[in-house]
Amino acid sequence: MTTETLVPFDEALTRYDPVMGLEIHIELNTATKMFCGCPTEFGAEPNTQVCPVCLALPGALPVVNAKAVESAIRMGLALNCEIAEWCRFARKNYFYPDMPKNFQTSQYDEPIAFDGWVDVEVDGETFRIEIERAHMEDDTGKALHVGGSTGRIHGADFSLVDYNRAGIPLIEIVTRTIEVPPEKAPAVARAYVSYVRDLIGGLGVSDVRMDQGSLRADVNLSLKPKGSTVLGTRSETKNVNSFRSVERAVRFEISRHAGILDAGGKVVQETRHFQEDTGTTLPGREKSDADDYRYFPEPDLAPVSPSREWVEELRATLPEPPAVRRARLQADWGFSDLDMRDTIGAGALDLIVATVEAGTTPQAAKKWWLGEMARRANESGHDIDALGITPEQVAEIQGLIDAGRINDKLARSVFDGVIAGEGTAEEVVVARKLEVVSDDGALGAAVDRAIEGDPDAAQKIRGGNLGVAGALIGAVMKEMRGQADAGRVRELILEKLS
Amino acid sequence: MSEPVTGISRDDVVHLAGLARIDLSDAELDHLATELPAILEHVASVQEAAGDDVPAMSHPVPVDNVFREDVVRPSLAPEDALAAAPASDQQRFLVPKILGES
Repeated sequence: MTTETLVPFDEALTRYDPVMGLEIHIELNTATKMFCGCPTEFGAEPNTQVCPVCLALPGALPVVNAKAVESAIRMGLALNCEIAEWCRFARKNYFYPDMPKNFQTSQYDEPIAFDGWVDVEVDGETFRIEIERAHMEDDTGKALHVGGSTGRIHGADFSLVDYNRAGIPLIEIVTRTIEVPPEKAPAVARAYVSYVRDLIGGLGVSDVRMDQGSLRADVNLSLKPKGSTVLGTRSETKNVNSFRSVERAVRFEISRHAGILDAGGKVVQETRHFQEDTGTTLPGREKSDADDYRYFPEPDLAPVSPSREWVEELRATLPEPPAVRRARLQADWGFSDLDMRDTIGAGALDLIVATVEAGTTPQAAKKWWLGEMARRANESGHDIDALGITPEQVAEIQGLIDAGRINDKLARSVFDGVIAGEGTAEEVVVARKLEVVSDDGALGAAVDRAIEGDPDAAQKIRGGNLGVAGALIGAVMKEMRGQADAGRVRELILEKLS
Repeated sequence: MSEPVTGISRDDVVHLAGLARIDLSDAELDHLATELPAILEHVASVQEAAGDDVPAMSHPVPVDNVFREDVVRPSLAPEDALAAAPASDQQRFLVPKILGES
């Protein structure tokens, strides 16, 4: 249906309360797949990382990757979960060509981790998100849909499947239903995903890159009429590839559900696909009931029963909890509460950490990430860590500023060049001729012209009114297209007019 | 995981056939609607043998924690991986379109 009526977000919230559930899939960064020894490199040539096990050839037998279990337990502990004393894998049966086995090896009623929680912050307010479970499973292959509109599922004539990703270990983290003040729902969803990204990233068990699909969020959403306690039918939105999209997907589904319910219609229980370009969702397959997946215990795999000693050993390897780490960083950096809130809101905490580690002061790192980079992220719709610039590159550019080779304004042009792939910061400065001019010959001539052009200001400076020097400095900077060494220009002006 | 199946209707057979993507004729559906319950009943006799003191097992041998080290082993060459595929293109498995098939 493309003719659906959308109710504006604010209006929808006057009649309905949203109920959310979030599922996050995290691809582990193990060297090999969940049940076989195939490598897990991202971006390899199609079907070069497959074997009889992950292609489900007859007679192949899976064996569990010990490292993946270890990572799953550490994730469960970081999410404040209980760790199962005994659990099994289960087959989730469905027919879809991205799964050569015709089932996904997952866990059903016996997840490895359960009953956890995390606290996330939005605008200085803390919300507790309860974790129902975190379970182990294997990833699907990647289908390229050809024909119709190429690359999209809708309108495809046939599909080309690459099974390199099939069998890569995944941990799925499922929240309990989240009910927060309705207007906060989109921001809380985003904050939760961002929090989990930081938390899991800190464990070193995954690359947690939304843009590369190593962290994927599904947004389950339903509405219930104000005052009602009956849950509505939910939709499950997939293909949400950035933190910003999480927020947009929640907003859009609230508007869409409200439109259907206002018209007396029924929401269909289905998978929806988020459309990055329009911020809308389109229907995918109708969602099967859990019964239809005919889950049953996987007979080819032995149960997993992590000893309590092992669990405690792994607990001892956890890094400091995020709240403690944030407090420590805030003190180290001398950031105000507001600075810190902005840093976390922008998803820039780890970026600033890395920039500071690369030798930049916290203040300068904050200036670039919360100013220039946050602006670029907003304008481009990318997440701030997917702009094509690394903390090391930011540190290099700040280093050029500290050395007096460029100034803040010229740095923006250097960022453009580095992001455009023109080379290192140093190479961009040379190629784009961005270096600050501090050569007295060139500057002196420009200063003379500025004095000639504004005799009034020159007279005032001679009379001791140094405050107007700024006007002449501005004229010189303008003539030299921002590339003059402002400090030296000021000195020259004062020398000439003393 | 789920309660033992005690009865299975013709509608259940239609639903299961749909889930399994098997196209059955009316005659086959009629036939299976009588045959499947008989098979289930037969298998259910196993449940009578096991008392409440015998826990359900998913594995014939009581063995836990069979793990493999996270060490890469050689994969198949792509041409071997694709050798049994009915159709392939661009070193990928070619399959019929996915959505709208039901």
